Amino acid sequence: MTTITGPLATRRLILQGAASVALIGLGNLPFAAQPARAAANDKYPEEAFKQKSEADAIKALYGKTAEPSDKVKLDAPEIAENGGVVPIAVTTTLDKVTSISFFVAENPNALAASYKIPDGTVPSVSNRLKMAKTTNVVAIVEADGKLYSATKEVKVTVGGCGG
Amino acid sequence: MASTIRVRATSNGDITEVQALIQHPMDSGFVKDSKGELIPAHFIQELKFEYNGKDVFVADWGPAVSKDPYVKFSFKGAKKGDDLKISWVDNKGASDTTTAKIS
Repeated sequence: MTTITGPLATRRLILQGAASVALIGLGNLPFAAQPARAAANDKYPEEAFKQKSEADAIKALYGKTAEPSDKVKLDAPEIAENGGVVPIAVTTTLDKVTSISFFVAENPNALAASYKIPDGTVPSVSNRLKMAKTTNVVAIVEADGKLYSATKEVKVTVGGCGG
Repeated sequence: MASTIRVRATSNGDITEVQALIQHPMDSGFVKDSKGELIPAHFIQELKFEYNGKDVFVADWGPAVSKDPYVKFSFKGAKKGDDLKISWVDNKGASDTTTAKIS
């Protein structure tokens, strides 16, 4: 008997362990989903940078959703041969812009960069981002408390996130 | 050590255009080295531009910003000959600061 119950008991223990790990994992989710509202203050938005999907990252950074707008102009290449260096720029004709953020949908973590635009600074930013593969680049402009977005697909020949 | 920050700030009278290039590995934490070991994430988290004691541009960066990052923006209200202060801090607590003259 002992030769049979031994492995079985171990198996049960392992299963129980796995179940509790899964439960802890679930328990963490509500915390992760809580909006950090980092864009509103000066703290580095750690939580938003940890989110995997673009929707979760936008929620963690701003605590609200964006609507597409043709007043946000996203300038990115059709094809990026090197995903490690993709030049991306945003300009907008919107008034009262307070921040501009860049998301790459299928990167391991969607949020790439977030810029605070104080009064007197022109709402226009150029930077260079890494892209893991062909996916959408989303720019979010926060203006007068609302979020506006522009999206463009960039084809990536060689990914820039390693592996 | 030479500064890791290279800045060019040019004023056309009304608007000052700022371009900055910073030397930094910006390791994402997803790349393996030649021995197959993961290179730990090492990236600039915050980059700040100050004019006259006031922030004119603040960047919060994740590891998806390219190696040796480049950024360009413009702001109003500065004059030729004024100072622009630039500073960054990375996720390991390292930092650098420099001051550029607006030309």
